Amino acid sequence: MEKRVTFRGWLLPVLLIAPQVAISAVFFFYPAGQAIWQSLFIPDPFGLSSQFVGLGNFEFLLGDAFYRASFLTTAIFAVLVTLCSMIPALFLAVIADRLIKGSGVYRTLLIWPYAVAPAVAGVLWLFMFNTRVGVVSWYLGQLGYDWNHVLNGGEAMGLVVVASAWGRISYNFLFFFAALQAVPRSVIEAAAIDGARFWRRFFTIVLPLLSPTTFFLLVVNVVYAFFETFGVIHTITAGGPQQSTTILVYKVFSDGFIGQDLGSSSAQSVILLIVVGLLTVFQFKFIEKRVHY
Amino acid sequence: MARDVHGMVEKRGAGLWLTHVFMILGVLVIFFPIWLAFVASTVTQPEIVSPPMPVWPGDQFWRNYSKALFSGVNVPVATMLLNSLVMAIGIAVGKIIISLLSAFAIVYFRFPGRNFFFWMIFLTLMLPVEVRIVPTFEVVAGFGMLNSYGGLIFPLIASATATFLFRQFFLTIPDELAEAARVDGARPMQFFIDIVVPMSRTNVAALFVILFIYGWNQYLWPLLITTDPEMNTIVMGIKQMFPSGDDVADWPVIMATSILAMIPPVIIVVSMQRLFIRGLVDSEK
Repeated sequence: MEKRVTFRGWLLPVLLIAPQVAISAVFFFYPAGQAIWQSLFIPDPFGLSSQFVGLGNFEFLLGDAFYRASFLTTAIFAVLVTLCSMIPALFLAVIADRLIKGSGVYRTLLIWPYAVAPAVAGVLWLFMFNTRVGVVSWYLGQLGYDWNHVLNGGEAMGLVVVASAWGRISYNFLFFFAALQAVPRSVIEAAAIDGARFWRRFFTIVLPLLSPTTFFLLVVNVVYAFFETFGVIHTITAGGPQQSTTILVYKVFSDGFIGQDLGSSSAQSVILLIVVGLLTVFQFKFIEKRVHY
Repeated sequence: MARDVHGMVEKRGAGLWLTHVFMILGVLVIFFPIWLAFVASTVTQPEIVSPPMPVWPGDQFWRNYSKALFSGVNVPVATMLLNSLVMAIGIAVGKIIISLLSAFAIVYFRFPGRNFFFWMIFLTLMLPVEVRIVPTFEVVAGFGMLNSYGGLIFPLIASATATFLFRQFFLTIPDELAEAARVDGARPMQFFIDIVVPMSRTNVAALFVILFIYGWNQYLWPLLITTDPEMNTIVMGIKQMFPSGDDVADWPVIMATSILAMIPPVIIVVSMQRLFIRGLVDSEK
């Protein structure tokens, strides 16, 4: 789509667009280019010179058991976060949608966690499950279950999943609720007259009508789990125990800033760039289609 | 008849009560972590370190909050709150201004390189800061912007989402308005300031809510570039309050800080709910 009526001149528009182009060039394209360039080298331990290794860093990464484990960890993490945030959100949205009065109040209350930063959510959940002072871990202890996410990788994963999914429930709830409100009442009432009970109506009519929203949220939540959960991981587990919660983004950070392995960290950045690129293309293709489902 | 159908679709009587009960249970479960943090911020350290901690607030509210705000652990939380505020507002305002300008240029002008710039901006959609942290850190360090507001803000304001949003909106502004402005001999910038900006104010407000929260909740970037505690933002500063090694954390102060860290974004989201939801839906499309 283009405007028919436009203004003349080229200097003014170039000046108008210059700030954004300049910032993108300096803080996006140059660093991204650097990441790609550095991924082809191995610097010596003193950072004085570096040796060109071509795709050596990538070859090493793909053969590295730790990196492959991190890929698997990220995949498990993303699937669990997506499920744990979408299913409760859908459930709450379906209930809220059945209320004529009061759903606004519930909505206002349910929005809160969205505003809580992932890193702060991490601290809240860490507090509840802290091995020394945590309330939940204490009650689990009373029940005979010895909770220790500092040593147990599975429990650590469970905790970072729940802490990451918590704030997303709000987000998903808002989208599901809006979509449910948009389902035509007449369709539902027609099915009710035909004798379809609530759950039957839900699975045969409502859920299919929600599928564009569901699909959209699936993609968005996977992107969230991949790239925006660093704060949760860093505050709760710092990637441990034994790398059991080291997701890819965390590994870029720990290899680049703690391990000072710039070549490998850059190569990991490039791999992540490809992942983001694929996800973005996927998302756009889907949004094109979503208009006429 | 219609009423009966409604009875089948919307719940009444016992079913209605049950629905409310489910809803309240859901809200309670979702709220529990926040409640517990609030309780912890109003009791004493000994009450917390000998579990189970109380479930109802204590009487140490002022003591814990004033200790957090004015002395903190490494740096007073008031300082961190100020840093977060500057960062969040800087990011929101900066993004809105540069995107309004560039979207205006793209929609209302034909100039050499227009398509090239358009695609250049589009590509930045795909580059979250997390994936290019090491080189971006080097760029910012090279400019001497570590531990500065500029270093906190600039790398995060170059994003395409806002530009696209404004572009979509500008395309819906009737051509007659620009035509009339041109006939009247108005200059492009006059048209921009008198017509385009006022018409965009709802979009600007909705975007401000989303971007403020985005900026406020940043973690990784401030963690990397603010090595001086005086420049810490509150969201990244909480983790810095935990002692390294085996010392016991000062939980009441840490939890008071967590509550303080969530108050500004929660107030904005709840008080501007309509704008927030609109911004959310717009910026994701």
